[in-house]
Amino acid sequence: MNKTPPYAFRNDGYAKVTGRAHYTDDLKFHGMVHAVPVYTEYVHAENLHVDTGSALQSPGVLRVITAEDVPGKVCYGQIAEDYPMFSAGRIRCSGDVAALIVAETRREALDAVPLVRVTADPLPGVFDPEEALKPGSPIVRESADSNLMNHHRMRRGEAEEVLPSCRYILDEKFSTQYIEHAYMEPEAAVCVPRQDGVIEVYGSMQHPFSTRRFVAALLGEPLSNIEVYQPPMGGGFGGKDDTAAIVCARAALAARLLNRPVKLTYTREWSMRESYKRHPYRMHYRVGLGEDGRVRAVSAAMLSDGGPYLSVSPWVNWRSTAQCFGPYSVDHVHADVYCIATNNPVTGAMRGFGAPQVNFAVEQIADIAAEKVGISPLEFRRRNMVRQDGETVTGQVLNTHTVSMEEVMDAAAHEIGYEEKLARSSRGLSDTDELYGVGLAISYRGASLGAEGMDFCSAVVNCQFDGSILLETGIHENGQGSESVMMLFLAEELGVDLSRIRYKRPSTSNVPDGGTTVATRGTIMGGGAVKAAADRLKQLIAESLSEVLNCKPEEVEFAGDRVCGPGSKEEAPDPAGEGPERSVAGSRANRTSLSWEETMEYLYSRRIYPYAFGSFQAPDVSWDDETGQGDAYFTYVYSCQAVELTVNRISGAVKLHRIVAAHDIGRAINQAMVFGQMYGGVAQGIGMTLTEKLDIEAGKIIHPDLNHYRIPRVKDMPEIKGIIIENPDPQSPTGAKGIGEPALELIAPAIANAVYNATGVRYRDLPIQVNPEDLA
Amino acid sequence: MKTAVTVNGTLHELNEYQLGLKLIDYLREELGLTGVKNGCGTGACGACTVLVDGVPRRSCMIGTRSAQGKEIITIEGLENSDGSLHPVQQAFLDAGAVQCGFCTPGMVLTALAFLRKNSDPSREQIRQAMNTNLCRCTGYQQIVDAVELAASRLRTIQE
Repeated sequence: MNKTPPYAFRNDGYAKVTGRAHYTDDLKFHGMVHAVPVYTEYVHAENLHVDTGSALQSPGVLRVITAEDVPGKVCYGQIAEDYPMFSAGRIRCSGDVAALIVAETRREALDAVPLVRVTADPLPGVFDPEEALKPGSPIVRESADSNLMNHHRMRRGEAEEVLPSCRYILDEKFSTQYIEHAYMEPEAAVCVPRQDGVIEVYGSMQHPFSTRRFVAALLGEPLSNIEVYQPPMGGGFGGKDDTAAIVCARAALAARLLNRPVKLTYTREWSMRESYKRHPYRMHYRVGLGEDGRVRAVSAAMLSDGGPYLSVSPWVNWRSTAQCFGPYSVDHVHADVYCIATNNPVTGAMRGFGAPQVNFAVEQIADIAAEKVGISPLEFRRRNMVRQDGETVTGQVLNTHTVSMEEVMDAAAHEIGYEEKLARSSRGLSDTDELYGVGLAISYRGASLGAEGMDFCSAVVNCQFDGSILLETGIHENGQGSESVMMLFLAEELGVDLSRIRYKRPSTSNVPDGGTTVATRGTIMGGGAVKAAADRLKQLIAESLSEVLNCKPEEVEFAGDRVCGPGSKEEAPDPAGEGPERSVAGSRANRTSLSWEETMEYLYSRRIYPYAFGSFQAPDVSWDDETGQGDAYFTYVYSCQAVELTVNRISGAVKLHRIVAAHDIGRAINQAMVFGQMYGGVAQGIGMTLTEKLDIEAGKIIHPDLNHYRIPRVKDMPEIKGIIIENPDPQSPTGAKGIGEPALELIAPAIANAVYNATGVRYRDLPIQVNPEDLA
Repeated sequence: MKTAVTVNGTLHELNEYQLGLKLIDYLREELGLTGVKNGCGTGACGACTVLVDGVPRRSCMIGTRSAQGKEIITIEGLENSDGSLHPVQQAFLDAGAVQCGFCTPGMVLTALAFLRKNSDPSREQIRQAMNTNLCRCTGYQQIVDAVELAASRLRTIQE
C-alpha cells in the first residue's frame, strides 16, 4: 500500500522528530498543582494508619489524600474490584500507595513525603507461589481461604491414560522471570476540572475507556463526567492499563477535591515499584511421543505468580491454556494453569500475554523431542504442526483462513540456512573459544481477544464540504502507528489521496468504547470498523450520485481521488472542464466521474451529510471452561523466528549474529511499521532471554532503575531480516491480522535451542546465563 | 556573563534558583523545551540527551551551574526557521525509526553529533555510537538505517 517504500508513513512523525509532540508530562495548565504518591516500608501489614498532620503544615502543601477521602470506590479492577487505588487498612505489596500529596510545586510535594507518618502491624509475607499454596501459608487476600486466585484447565482426550503407553516420554521443567515493560515514558497524568463539571484526563495510558471507568469508580461519578484524551504515549506494551489508569484516577480525585488542574508524573523508580510485570511461570510438561515422532499426549501444569491483586491474570492464564502446546495438533491434552497470590509485585498484561512463557517451554520440547526420536527439528515440527482444516488442541477446526505454518517455517529456515547450519553447529566442540549454534522456533497466535472477552470497535468518518476528511476510531495510538494504519485503510477504501485525511484528536466522549488496544487487535478491529464506516459512506455517496453519473448505485466506483461511473475509472479526467470551480450542484448533465471536491459540494448542496459510523464485531468464538475446548480465536498469526549465535567458552557470553523473523500477518498495510514491530518485538524477546532480571527480595525490587534492569541496547542486537508473508484473512474485513505480539513470543526458545546447539547444554530457566563451568 | 547559558542560539541569564536545578529541569520547566525527555533520571536511557558544546550529554546528570557559559542545543534547535527538517530528522522519519517517539529527540541529537565526527560510518560504528541511548519500541534496526541514510544524504549535500 505504501507506494514509496522504504519510506514509512506516520501522521505523528513530524511532531516526534522535532520534539513538538506534547506527551502528558509536557502539558501545562493555568493554576496547575502537583501530586506525588506516598509508599510504605511494608509489603504485608494490617491496621494501617496514615498520619498526615505534619505533612499538611509543610510549605506549599495543599492536601494529603488518603482512602478516607475517596467519594467512590477505593478498590477497582478490570475483572475483580480488588485493586486499592489508595491503601485502606492493609498493605499487600511494596507498590501499594498509602497517600497522595498535592502541593503548589512538585518540589514542595516531594519534600513533604517523609512527613507523612505511616504505621501498621507487619504480617508475615509469602513470596513464592509454591510456598503460598502450602497449608499454613500466610493468606495474602484476607477474605480468601487460599492463595489460589485463578485456575484454567484443558481436558482433551485421555492424556493421563495415554501417556504411560507412549514410546518416548519427556518430563521437562522450565521457568520464566518477571519482566518489566520498561516503556521509555513513565506513567503520567494531568487532570483538569472543566467549568461544566467534567474532568478532563490527559494520561500516558493505553486504554482510555478503561481509564475512564477507573476514574469514574474512584470519584463515584458517571462516565460522562470524565473525558479522557490521549496525548502521544511513550510506549505501553500492555503495561499501561491498570496502573496507568489508577495514576489517572488519583490525579483526577485530587483535581476534583481541589478544583484545580493536577499533574502526577511518575519517576522511573515509582513506575518500576508500582507497575505490574509479566507473570513469571513455572512449567512442568510431560509429553508422550510415538515411534513416528508424533505427539500422542501432553500433560502440563503451570504456576504463575500474580502478586496480591487479580488484574488481568485470568485472561493471561487463559491464553496460556488455549495455546498450551504451541502450534501442534494433539489428541490428548491435560493442562492446568494456576495463578497464585503472593506479596510480590503485581503481574498483569504484557505484550505476548501468557504465550511467551509457554512457547519458551514448548519450542524447546520440540527440539528435545526431535533429538529423542532421531529426526530433524524441522521434520518433528512438520509431523505435528497444525494444518489446513486440522484441529488445534482446543478442538477448533482451522478452516476459515490459510493455515500457513509450514510456509512460514520454511521461509525462515530457508533464509537462515537452517539445515546446513544445524549440521555445523558446535554442540560443545570447537577448535576456538567460540561455540556456534543455530536455532529456531515456531508459533501460532490467536489474534485479538478471542474467547477472553467481548470484541468490538467503531469508527467515524466525517467528510468536510471542502473535500478534507476527519477520521476517528476507538483504537489507541500506543506509538505503534495505529492512527497511520487507520488513515491508510480509509484512503484505500475511499480511493482518495491520503493527504485529505486527518485523524481527529481522540477522546472517550467522541466515539463509543472501542475496547483496549492490546492483544494484537488494533489493526484487525480498528481496520474492520474503518472499512464498515467507509462502506456506509460509499453507499450513501453512490445512491446520491447515481443520477448524475447515470448509473446504478452499485456501479459507482471510488478510485483515483474521484467518484466514477462504470468504466470511467481508467479514463483520464479533463482537469479544465471538471475543476472544482465548475459547480455541479445543479447539474443534471451526464458526467462520467466527479472529483472528490465536486462530490462533497454536490452532497452538501442537497443537505446530505457525508458522515458515517461503522462498527466491527469479531466473529463468534466459544469456550468451555470445564474442558478447555472451543473455537478460541477467530484467526491466527503464524510465525517462525530463527537465530545464529556464538557462545564464548571462557566468558559464557552469548553473541547474537543474525535473526530471521517470518510472520504471516494477513496483509501488510504500512510495511516499514510492520518491520518496526518485528524488530522491536524481537528486541524485547532478546531482553527476556538474555539480559532482563528483576532482583526482588522479600517482595521488594532491590534496584528499581534502568541501570540495573538491563533492556537491550543497540549493540545487544544483531541485524534482523524480517519476512512478511501475506495470506489475507477472509474474516478480517481488511485482510490484515496483526503483528504486535507475535513478534515477541518466540525468540526466547529459538535462542535457547541455538545455545543448546552451540554448547550441548540446555537452559530451561530465563534469563539464560551461560556458566562457563557448564561448558567444561 | 558567566551566569548565563546559550540555548539554541539564545543567551539566557541564570538566577540562583535556576543555577540549583538539574539542566533537564531548567530546559523543560524554565525554558519550556519539552523535547528534552525524562525517561529515567539516572543517566541510563539517554532520552534527555542534549548537545553541550557539540557533545551529547545527559541533561539529567548535570547541573545547570556546570552548563554556564556553554552552548546547549536541544531538539528544538535543529529545525530550520521555515519548519523544514534537518537531514537527520528527515532520515528518522523516512527510515521508520520513530514509533512512540520518546527516545527520538535524544537519538537524533546523538546521531547528529556522531555524524559530525564520522561522515561515512559503518553500521557497526553506528551501533557503537548509538549504544548510549535506549529504545524499547524499534529494536534499533531502523534507527541504524536512519543514521546510515542521514550520513549518505549529508555527504551528498556536502559534495
